[in-house]
Parts: sequence; C-alpha cells; structure tokens
Amino acid sequence: MLRTLRQVIKVGVVSERAARPAGERPKESGLRAQIHQRFGRALGIRHVDAGSCNGCELEIHAVNNPYYNLEGFGIKFVASPRHADLLLVTGPVSRHMESALKRVYDATPDPKWVIAVGDCGCTGGIFGSGYAIRGSVADIIPVDLTVPGCPPPPAAILSGIVSVVTTDRR
Amino acid sequence: MDYTVYGLAVETLAGAVPMRRIPVRPDQLRSLCSAVHEAGGFIHALWASDVRDTTGGFLLRVALQDDVGLVVIELLLPAATPHFPSIADIFPAADRMQRAAYDLLGVRAEAADRRSWVRHAAWPDDCFPLRHDYDATRPHADADERYPFVRVTGDGVHEIAVGPVHAGTIEPAHFRFSVVGEKVLRIEERLGYTHKGIEKRFETLPALQAHKLAARVSGDSAVAFSWAYCMALEMICGISPPVRAIWLRALYLERERIANHLGDLGALGNDAGFSIALAQFSRLKEDLLRINQAAFGARYLMDVVVPGGVARDLDETHRQILLETIPGIESELNTLREIYDDHAGLQDRFSGTGRVAPALARQLGLVGLAGRASGQTWDWRCDPVYAPYDALNVRIAGSLDGDVAGRVSVRFQETFESLRLSRIILENLPRTECGAALPDVPAGGFGVGLVEGWRGPVLVALETGDGGRIRRCHPHDPSWQNWPVVEHATIGNIVPDFPLINKSFNLSYSGQDL
Repeated sequence: MLRTLRQVIKVGVVSERAARPAGERPKESGLRAQIHQRFGRALGIRHVDAGSCNGCELEIHAVNNPYYNLEGFGIKFVASPRHADLLLVTGPVSRHMESALKRVYDATPDPKWVIAVGDCGCTGGIFGSGYAIRGSVADIIPVDLTVPGCPPPPAAILSGIVSVVTTDRR
Repeated sequence: MDYTVYGLAVETLAGAVPMRRIPVRPDQLRSLCSAVHEAGGFIHALWASDVRDTTGGFLLRVALQDDVGLVVIELLLPAATPHFPSIADIFPAADRMQRAAYDLLGVRAEAADRRSWVRHAAWPDDCFPLRHDYDATRPHADADERYPFVRVTGDGVHEIAVGPVHAGTIEPAHFRFSVVGEKVLRIEERLGYTHKGIEKRFETLPALQAHKLAARVSGDSAVAFSWAYCMALEMICGISPPVRAIWLRALYLERERIANHLGDLGALGNDAGFSIALAQFSRLKEDLLRINQAAFGARYLMDVVVPGGVARDLDETHRQILLETIPGIESELNTLREIYDDHAGLQDRFSGTGRVAPALARQLGLVGLAGRASGQTWDWRCDPVYAPYDALNVRIAGSLDGDVAGRVSVRFQETFESLRLSRIILENLPRTECGAALPDVPAGGFGVGLVEGWRGPVLVALETGDGGRIRRCHPHDPSWQNWPVVEHATIGNIVPDFPLINKSFNLSYSGQDL
C-alpha cells in the first residue's frame, strides 16, 4: 500500500494541456461547463468496432491515459449505446457487423453524434471493397465528423471529440 | 523427425526460416500428423489454395512444428470432391481452421464439425470466395444468421448471450455462456464478425506492396505480420536483407512486444479493480510510443518493415535516446511488479483464475505467451533460432501455473527480457545498409515466414503469380490456436472473471477473422 502511494506521488499529475486540440483550444473547465450545460451531465462515448484491425482501438484506449486524460473534460466511455451521446466507430464496416452497427446507432438516444475514426472508417481504407465489406461508416449510418489516420494519434481523436461537441449547435 | 522412414519425399526450402515441404497422399495425412503430435509437435496453421488452373484440384496445406522446425504438409485434393480426412481429433486447434477452409474454398474435412466458422451472412454456403472463379457480383439473399450453439440443459441452467458489441473498447465477437448461478458450465465463442476478406484482398495487390496489408491483419501485431510477410517474399525472391535491417526488425518486434505487454498488464490490474495500475502502465506505454514516433516516425510500427529491409535507418541521436530510456522503464517496471506481487486483493483475483494445466495446454496445442504460462517451453526466438536471435541468446519465459497469475508473470518476464534484448541490439547494431533491392518477383513461388510475435508465432504463407502479383496469401495469427483454449480456461470460473481471463490471453479477433 505504501509502495503504491509512493509511486502515485512520485509520478504526480502528468496530464498535458499541450496535447489539447489546437485551434479552438477550449479550457478544460470551460469545455466541461459547456458539456454540462448541454447534457446536464458528463458526455458518454460508446465505441463500436465495425471491422477494424484493432490499431484504432489501441489509440482510442490511449485518450484515456493520464497524458490525454479524456475524463478530465467530463467525457467518459460508457458500456451501452443507451447511455451514449457519441459513437466512435472504427474499421471498414464488414458485412458481418453491418446489422450490429445499425442496431447500436438505433439504440443510441437522440441527440447523438457519430465520429468515424481511422482511414478505414473514413473511406474503407486499405481493405478496399471486397465481398465481405460494406464500405465506410458513412455508407451505413450518418457521420458528423471523420478523424483520418492509420491509426490516428490520440491527440487527433481527442481533437475530433472536442470539436464535434463544441461546434455543433443542434 | 526423419520422414524418409515413412517413404515420404522431403524437400528443404532455404530462407530466413528453413522449411521442409512434404507432399502426402490422403491416407498418409493422419498418420503423419499423429507421428508429429506424438513426438511433441503441434500445429501452426491449416489452409487451402485453388490450383485447378495449374496442377488441378485444390491444395491443402498443414504447417506443423516438429523437433527440428517448420514442416509444411501438402495434400492435393480432386476438384470434383475436395474432401480430406479431418485432423481435428489429433490437433483440436485444426477444427476451426478446417471449417474456415470449407467456408472460403469448399474443401471439406470428413467426419468433422460442419458448422460454418468465418461465414455468417455475407455469402451463401454454395459459393466460396477464395476460389478463382468466385463471382462477387452474383446477387444473393443474406444467408441464415442463426448459429447452432451447443446447448447445455439441466436444472437451473441458463444462457447469457454477449456481443458482438461489448461493454469495453474491444473487438467484436459473440460469447454464449451456459451458467448455473454465477458458475460457467460452458462458454462457446463465435467469431468472424470482423471478416474483411483479407486473403482475397491480397490477391489484388502487387507482392512488393502487400506488406502494408499484412501489417493490418492485426494492428497490435503489425511488426510480426509485416516481418513474416517480408520473410516469405524474400524467400521466394532468394534474397536476404542486410544484417542491420534484420537487427532493426528485431528491435521493432521487441518494442511491439513491450508496448502490448505494458498495455495488457495495466488493463489486467484495472479488470481486477486496481485502476491505479492502468494509469501507471498506460503512462509507460505512452512514453514508449512517443519515442517510437520520434525514432521511427510512427507510434505503432505499421509500415517500417518493407520487402528487402526496413523503411528508414535509425540515426545515432535516436539510438542513444532509445538506449538511455531503457533503465527508466526497467526501474518503473520493477516497482510495479513489486506492487502487483504484494497486493493481496489483486493476487486473489489472479491466482487460480482461468487455469489451463500444462497437460491440457499440450493436448489443445496452446502456443505463444499463454502456452509458456502453461508449461509449454517453446519460443520461436529460441528454438530453432533465426537471425538475429541466434546472436542474442533469448531467455525463455515460463510458468507452470497456467492461470491469470501465470500469464501476468510471463508478461513481466518477457517485458524485462525484451528490454534486455533491445539494449543488446542497440549496443551492437551492425553498420551496414538497411535495405536491399528486390529482383522481379518470380511467378509460381512459394514461401513461408514465421515470427514470434508478442502473442505467439505469426505465420505468413505466400504464393506468387504472374506479373509480380500475389496468387494466394494466408496470414495466420496464433489466436486461431488459442481462442478454443479460452473456452476451456473459463469453465468452472464465475462469469465476472471472464473479462479478466479473456484479457490475460488478449487474443486477436481481426487476426483470426481475416
């Protein structure tokens, strides 16, 4: 226990403001207030892998690490689409995931946003348009924003999440 | 093993990974597999190719590991009735590979489980995407989605259906639990949701560019797959990359191993309710990825291994930085290991959970880090050794416990070992070129690459066609062999321990769905 506390104190807080998205660069507390004003609570994100190679998943995990500290914005990942405001969808949509993706979208309450993460989600990417692939995420469900990259770095994913929440006036 | 005593012709193919190729008759397949299994061998992969336009029929291949190294058995099946005797009773891991071979090519294992495996609704059961005459434009109704899970009946038995979309940020699959109260009587996996037709996609690409697709078979094993792919291609072209390039590939591979182990060690602590561990380990992993970005131009090393060598050389400044950061990671890792070992609550969750006893691991053919955690002392970096590991003297990790604690222990051991290997590589990096020009890719070539990725042995089998194109490529992730063992590991445990058990293996979905 003491060793654990010593390690926690030694490392301290490593969250970076520098990693915050450029451009609008909202203050952490400002964004939190904005989210709270709109939702009355934290923003919930549901990730859906619609056929990814799992590279994008690794970088989505990274936005929760202490450097990027997504939860510091008042944004958290939730376990069910029914608790979500925002869907992060990765991968070219495989034919075998098409119906599951549509069902997740339908189960997510309005208002909702969808971000396609990664080159495959944006355009279909390297996997092309074979017999087992339906296409990009936008071919299946409405997409509000795309974050390209293979995989996109966590700062880009974070920037995408922040910009969709701060710029959309619906 | 000496196969000539069976009256078989053995052809040895030279390459980074020497391989023996043995053509067999249908009646010899099972006896040969049995002989390899009895001598302590195991299966790497089983796949088929459409060769109706060349030698006629379909060619079934089985890659096995014997006491000497890699053996590829070849069995030519007639075009009209491409049936072969099932080997799933000898190598249980072959069951799903045989079912996938039917789904994709229509080659049928006799007397075996006939349920589809990678085919869900995307194509009907009477057409086979990897046949050369497959018509993707032929309209068809979506096939029946119902999958006949094995039912468990009895007083109080009920089913829990989970997936394909899960509660966490992980890949999709369906798990069907049959439980009494909290206790799992049986779990059955159904994969195939991320099936992208990767093998067919390979056939549309020039062989000299397809390493990029190989790197994306399973994104967390990008180096392992792209290296194995390049090995297979270099074998076909008859070239060997410069020494420096081979050493740099090993450096990438060890850093991929470290990154994945750090991520999983943190996630395992988190799954047992110790969230501080996730913060600490993910911080170490992020540090590592940022140095990757600076030194190699990418956080995840997707396109750094290229045919003939590596994409760019490591400069002296970054070689120094990479060296200087190793002691820091080792020191932090030592502290975190002590914290894990001393934490009673954590050990209570890890110990005895998801146990695969060594005898069961041997019977089921468990490979890679999970195999080593269940007493299977095999690591492709150690036995037999290929460059550059022949110069590095890799110390094999291991545990006899076979539970989550055992797999956690192996991950710690392997992370320390990979850090040690990285230091040796960086201190002794040969000063040569780091890329070689490739000749025109010959048609009709066959090559195999095998690399010990962080999860286990990654195999890529490649056949080339005319004009430098790929005729057939089978990338094989060790998750094929290990997924069925997760079912066994879960039996008798409680449902809430499944995420912990699953994470301790952390198998690839995309890598086996293809």
